[in-house]
Amino acid sequence: MGRYLSKKILVYIVTFFLAVTINFIIPRMMPGDPISSLVSRFSIMEGGREIIEQQLTLLFKLDEPLLVQYFKFLKSIFTGDFGISIMQFPRPVTDIIKQAIIYDILLLLPAIILSYIVGNRLGALSGVKRIADNFMMPVFYFLSSSPYFWMAGVVAFVLGVKIGKFPISGAYSATVSPGFNWVFISDYLKHWFLPFFSLFLVQLGGWAIGMRNMIIYERSSNYSRYMEALGASDKLIRKYGYRNGVLPQVTGLALRIAGLIGGAITVETVFNYPGLGRMMLNSVLSQDYFLLQGIFLAIVVMALVANFVVDIIYMFIDPRVRISFSGEV
Amino acid sequence: MAAGFWKRHENLYHAITNWKVIFGLSIFLMIVLLAIFGPMISPYDYEEFAGPPYIPPSSEHFFGTTIMGRDVFTRTVYGLRTTLLVGFIAGTIATVIGCVIGFLSGYYGGRLFDEFLMMITNIFVVIPQLALLIVISAFLKVRGIMVMSVIVASTSWPWLARAVRAQTLSLRNQEYVNLSRISSLSVPRILREDIASNMFSYVFMAYIQQFNGTMLATVQLEFLGLGPTRGVSLGLVMQTAVNWNGIQLGMWWWAIIPGFILTILITALYFVNTGLDAAFNPRLREM
Repeated sequence: MGRYLSKKILVYIVTFFLAVTINFIIPRMMPGDPISSLVSRFSIMEGGREIIEQQLTLLFKLDEPLLVQYFKFLKSIFTGDFGISIMQFPRPVTDIIKQAIIYDILLLLPAIILSYIVGNRLGALSGVKRIADNFMMPVFYFLSSSPYFWMAGVVAFVLGVKIGKFPISGAYSATVSPGFNWVFISDYLKHWFLPFFSLFLVQLGGWAIGMRNMIIYERSSNYSRYMEALGASDKLIRKYGYRNGVLPQVTGLALRIAGLIGGAITVETVFNYPGLGRMMLNSVLSQDYFLLQGIFLAIVVMALVANFVVDIIYMFIDPRVRISFSGEV
Repeated sequence: MAAGFWKRHENLYHAITNWKVIFGLSIFLMIVLLAIFGPMISPYDYEEFAGPPYIPPSSEHFFGTTIMGRDVFTRTVYGLRTTLLVGFIAGTIATVIGCVIGFLSGYYGGRLFDEFLMMITNIFVVIPQLALLIVISAFLKVRGIMVMSVIVASTSWPWLARAVRAQTLSLRNQEYVNLSRISSLSVPRILREDIASNMFSYVFMAYIQQFNGTMLATVQLEFLGLGPTRGVSLGLVMQTAVNWNGIQLGMWWWAIIPGFILTILITALYFVNTGLDAAFNPRLREM
């Protein structure tokens, strides 16, 4: 178990450093000198010049050797200092991220879990029943082929505009103030549903396709045939097939998380939802590089944590991994 | 004569007579033809104010007009060209990178070189592709079709490298590969003649899937306004629709049709892939 985990953790640590390094290198490599344009934009603001100069010396330190710059950059990252946002001047980037990331987690987590459960169930059904299969497979292919933002557009148009039951912009109405009361929570949930549903639908297709193929594969395997020959009930064979089929799906979970987080960026843009994705895009549009770097790192960390959790879950549900990687065999 | 040909290329016969392949391929070709000839059919230019704003699809404006009075059909077909082109180039590059890394890593499986390549691959699997693409494109002030393709490709190859590696690992200990190794054939030749040629169908299907993936990544970037800096793209059409409240105003022809065409295209390629899968794997053929 130790070897399996330590190898994974090593990859995650290297990934984290790579993300930090990308943040470090890209502004320095790109043409157009983003830093000078930053200084000129800041000098218009009152007291901005002093702050930006302080920021730049903190984060870029262009007069020092590159390696020294890099280590100081790392140090500021580890002390949680990502600089100050230009867009929401003078709020610290960390502050903005902390506020936005809650919306992301509350959106992504239910979307992953529910689409996984429902998708696997539907896929298993589709793998067993021929008639259901002919109906459902084209639908699943279509769902998993949709770009996330397009699905968001369709969902917004059908459920938000035509039926008119759900609001299609923002995370809560301007009339309610955030707090732990029923009015706010129901308003929040109403705004939450459509972005969630778009992510859910696109994910659903992928899970169902994967599960259907797994079930077909498992049912043609030797143990299924043997059970059939012994006269085991169809239901029992299906149950064993499902349990075996679920394992690769959990590995797939790790692969999909990255895509889902990316998709959430575009979905949040459609619904003007104040998560990290929309913040990231806003920071690109207003050339707020500190915020952009901070959000990029936050998104990578989010993906790393999610992957780590999947690794641990996988270790618990698949005894083979537990045994083979612990060196007990 | 003809019978002999089909006997030798049994897989091909199964491939082109599979209804899923035929169905998917026809839709795919129709949309490609639309991208090629669409701009010629349309009497308007994609930036031109072609008619009154806010009209639903009609015989004059096949997909209606935007809020500014631009012709949505014209914009869609021009945009389709860009998106298909970027997806195609990026998909090709990504497939080549993925195969090379996968072959090498699989052939040297278990050694330090393999560990190193897989480490890089796993890192790219974990980092959300779109976030990385946003960061890269945000700093590129000018983005042409080629630049777009390269940056999309540079983040799209990891899953393919992993899959190709797994396949190579299972082929590498076959008798005939060992025989080639004992005969001291060069590694590139073994990879090419013994391993790659046996994985042709697999790589071909992976190529289609890669094309799907790069198109999706491209259109998402375009939608965020980080697509090619000149011209029109499918994602850009939808971005303007969303930015100008096309959805709130109920202009489905503007906000939904362009994406629908792309979704249909990708679904069609999915069908081709499943069909090919069934044709190449006899076990699935029975189903």
